[in-house]
Parts: sequence; C-alpha cells; structure tokens
Amino acid sequence: MDTTRRRLLVLLPAAAVAWKFVLAGTPEASPNYKLTEHWWGMLIDIPKCIGCGTCSRACTEENDVPVGYYRTWIERYHLDDWKMEKPEVESPDGGKEGFPANEIAGKNFFVPKLCNHCADSPCTQVCPVGATFISPDGVVLVDKTYCLGCRYCVQACPYGCRFINPKTKTAEKCTLCYHRITKGLTTACCEVCPTGARQLADLKNPNDPVHEFLRTHNVQVLKPHMATGAKVFYNGMDGSVR
Amino acid sequence: MPIPVEGFMYPNEVELQWSVLIVLYPFITGLVAGAFILASLERVFRVEAVKPTYRLALLTALAFLLVAPLPLQLHLGHPERSLEMYLTPHRSSAMAMFGFVYLWYLMAVLLLEIWLDYRRDIVLKSQTSTGFTRFIYRVLTLGSNNISDRSLHIDERLGYFITLVGIPSAFLLHGYVGFIFGSVKANPWWSSPLMPIVFIFSAMVSGIAAVMLLYMLTTRLRRQEIDIRCLDKIAQYLMYTFIIDFSLEMLDLLQRIYEADESFRSLDFMVHTRLWMSQVIIQILMGTVTPIALLGLVQILKLTETARKRIYALAGCLTVMGIFAMRWNVVIGGQLFSKSFLGYTTYKMGFASREGLLPAIVLMILPFGILWVLVKLLPPWLDTGSIPASGSAPAHGTS
Repeated sequence: MDTTRRRLLVLLPAAAVAWKFVLAGTPEASPNYKLTEHWWGMLIDIPKCIGCGTCSRACTEENDVPVGYYRTWIERYHLDDWKMEKPEVESPDGGKEGFPANEIAGKNFFVPKLCNHCADSPCTQVCPVGATFISPDGVVLVDKTYCLGCRYCVQACPYGCRFINPKTKTAEKCTLCYHRITKGLTTACCEVCPTGARQLADLKNPNDPVHEFLRTHNVQVLKPHMATGAKVFYNGMDGSVR
Repeated sequence: MPIPVEGFMYPNEVELQWSVLIVLYPFITGLVAGAFILASLERVFRVEAVKPTYRLALLTALAFLLVAPLPLQLHLGHPERSLEMYLTPHRSSAMAMFGFVYLWYLMAVLLLEIWLDYRRDIVLKSQTSTGFTRFIYRVLTLGSNNISDRSLHIDERLGYFITLVGIPSAFLLHGYVGFIFGSVKANPWWSSPLMPIVFIFSAMVSGIAAVMLLYMLTTRLRRQEIDIRCLDKIAQYLMYTFIIDFSLEMLDLLQRIYEADESFRSLDFMVHTRLWMSQVIIQILMGTVTPIALLGLVQILKLTETARKRIYALAGCLTVMGIFAMRWNVVIGGQLFSKSFLGYTTYKMGFASREGLLPAIVLMILPFGILWVLVKLLPPWLDTGSIPASGSAPAHGTS
C-alpha cells in the first residue's frame, strides 16, 4: 500500500505535466497535410500591386491584428531619377486604406511587406527560450504561450516585421496564415489581392507555378546582404527598396 | 498622443522596444564587473595601495549584481515565464546564455569570494553578537566554524584562486552584455565586433569610478581620513582604463566615418540631431574628455591633497555620468532610426509607468540600500569596526 501511494504521488504530477505537453503540442486537425512535403514562401509581383490595401485589411481581419500594428503592410515609393539612393517612402496606417493620389512626376510604385519567413532567421536565433521557431514546412512561428516578451526578436528582425501584441504581451508577426495553408487554402492576403500581386509559393511542390516564374523572371529578396535566407521573393523590385 | 516621427519608419518600428530599464541593465552590470576588477587588483596583482577599497568593491559588486536582473524582469511582457530561460534555454540565443553567465558570476565567483573573505569575521561575530544578529551570522557561517590558522590559510588560497577565475568571469559578464547588442546584425548602430571589448573597458571605467566615489563618500561619512595614496592609485588606474576605452570608441567611430556604409548617413544625422546632447555633449565632452583631462592634470601638476580629492570627486561623477550616457546612447540611440535608414522616431519616457523614470530611479537607489545593509552586516573597513583590524589579515595573505 505504502509503495503504491508513493508511486502515485510521483506519477500524478508527471502525468499532469505530460498531459499539458500533449495538449500544447496537438496540431489542428489537418489529416492530409504533411509537414515535410512543403516549404512555404511568397511571391510578390511589384508591377501588379496597385496599393489598394485590401491585403492588409484582410490580414487584420483574419488574424485579429491590434490597431496600430501590422503583420503585412504596403509602402509607396517615390523616386526622382537624380536621387535614386534617397527614395521618399510612405505607408499611412500600413497602407490599409490605400494611398492619397500622387501626381508628382518620377517613379512611383508599391511594395507589400510581410515576414520573410527566413530560412536562417535572426529572430529565431536570438529567442532566449525558443518560443519562436521555424516549422518543418518553413514558416516562422511564435508560441505565444511560451514567449517571454523580451523583444529581442523584434530587435533582431532586419525588416521590421515583428511587434509586441499589447493584449498578449508576446511577440507577433505574419504566420503565413498557417491555420489556412495547412488546410489547403491560401493566405488571407493572397486570397483577396485583386491583381494577383501576391502568390503563396510552395517551394517543395514541383507543380507549383512559382518554379516556372522564378526561372523566367528576375526576382530578388529584401536586404540580401543580411543573408537571412528570406523566402518572400519580389519580382520587378527597384534597387532603392529597403 | 502619437509618437513624433521624421521621414519613414517601418510601421512596427515607431514604438521603441527597449526602454530606460534596458539602459540600466548594462550600466549596472558594468558597475559590477568594474568593481570586481578593481578588487582583484589588490588580491591578484598585489596593488597594496588600493587595499582600503578591496572589500568595499566586492560588496558594491554584489549589491549591484543582485539588482541587475530586476530591470529585465520589470521589462518582460511575461516575467512569470523568465525561469524558462534556465529550464529550457535556447542555446543559440545570446540572451539565454547570459542567464548562465550571470548565475556563474553570482554564485561561483562573487558570493563565494565574499564568503571566504569574510568567513573569519562571520564566525567571530556569530560568537560575540546576540539575538537576531547572532542568528543571521550563524546562518552566514553555513555551519563552518573552523577558523584555525590552517583553515584560514585554505580560505586564502581558495579565495585567490576564485579571484583568478573571477577576472575572466567579470570580463565575460560584461563582454557578454556587449555581445548581446553587438551580435544584432540587423542594427548597424550595435553590430560591431568591438562592442564586447568597448563594454568591458567602459565597465571597468564605471566600476572603478563608482568605487572611488563610494570610498570617498563612506570615509567622509565615517569621519575618517581618506587614504590619499589609495585614491591616487585608483585615479591613475581610472585614467589608464579610460584612455583605452576612449581610444576603442574613437576607433569604432573613425572606422564608421571612413567606411561610410549605407547606414552611415542615417546614423550621422542622428548623432547630429537626436543624440547631440546625450552623445556629443554629455558622453564625449563632459563624460569622457573632461574627466580624462582632469585626471591627466593631476598627473602633470603637483596639486595639494585637497585639490586632488576635489578633482577626483568631480572626475568620478562626470565619469559615471558619461558611462550612463554611453549606455543610453547605445540602447536608446540604436532604436531611434529606422532599419530602412529613411527616418527617425522619438523616445518618450513615461514617469510612473512600468518602464518609466520612477521605477528606473528606484532601481538605481536600490543597490545603495542593499550596499548599506551589506556594509552594516559585513563591515568592509580596515580601520574600525567590531572586528579587530587584523581580522581581515588572513584573507589578505598575511596569515
């Protein structure tokens, strides 16, 4: 009897801890989704972007993004040909409501931004507890039940894609609508883009049209010198974009 | 009220992530490392002149080290999860590994060294005091009441060894703080291999200056005579270390100016506008050039003791202020510009908010309160105190 009671006392807390991990680690039901068969990224065709802001609004709606913070946003660049190194950039409210008319001569274009889901991401490298990580299918995610809210990852992101959610007090960023893509859907921003300027790309899927596009176009990633292995590819991106 | 922005910031960048509390963190750990290195001068390098500050320096280091994690705790979104850094550390994270460096330094170096150094005093006090005080000292003996010559000799040898380990540990402690900033490649203001080295030397500068000021202040409060030989020596070390520190910082600056990479225009503009007062005026002119000049003046001119003391006090205060400004410029300055290099934001410090000025002031006063308790409990003075002056002798290698 004595031994049994002792055993029980040892087993109960262990079982409770184990159950907690089982619950935390249970993925959403996506029976046909195999993590190792995908490697997600995104293709952004800059000449197609009209700066309508629909993508940013859809993202906010889909992911309950707090006011004043952005998982995705749009920047409008204005360049005079004689000062290519000093572009004028604006992004009022993340470009959510579009942009005021601009009649100034020069080069004008829109650049949608989001987390680059870097393969060698500096944000996951610096997280002191590994609360932010790269999933086996190449998406950088944050476990908000584990994040300390130290903000080191926000500092480490070269692209300004992270912020601290004022409600949860944890780091937040684009998840590439992970809850959707694992169910065979596309991201909210890609879904609503009226011109197809944003395309979800599965780099491991040989049938994904992204491969053909990458072969036949000059695409770039943002800040390639940062060597982060960014997986958001931009077509037709001006050298002044940063 | 919206935060004033100039030019273009990425939309999530407008709000600063690390506040004045994170300024305190490298400032406080710097004082710890510097104070310990000053203490080790006497212990390891046998610089007898600085002996009066040896124990005070150790206690100062401990008082500040105990407070060092508090600003971080206060800053975290989820302080209740902070222990996860020890339980499930992410090994590639500089911040996670710092937790272990901190713990090593606190437990294996500082507490052990202080305990060994004070063990004889603690045992004697546990026998002579009464009531609650007696209880505290008895706990502090950790059950070791043997103060035979042989036992004290072992303490001395072990203490020497710990100090030897402690010097690289102190370098590691603050060098590592520098690495936390220096390894952020996304931020050109921080990203520099020189950062850990600059942090180590600036730590030594601030720690030496702080202990010098504390020694002057406490001796005056106790109405004792300041050992001017000791003060001269400390001031000399302060000047040498400061010159190295300043040279390193200037080297970094010259390299940046000459290279003038893509971030240079943006950073240069920031230094000339938002950081002009805190960096150029307070840090460089008032907090570095002036104290070095003052300390240099003492070396060149034959000044009276009183004049020297005044100069040291002034130089010490300016130095501590300058190093604080340096930490401010690193932490806050590094967040004022956009990573797009196209704009600048503003830091608005609250007052009574969680990360405001008031908690920062309280956190800066707290180590002095702890130091006061420590000094009461473990008097560091060689001249007076309940334990005879010879009480410290065994721990100082003369047994």
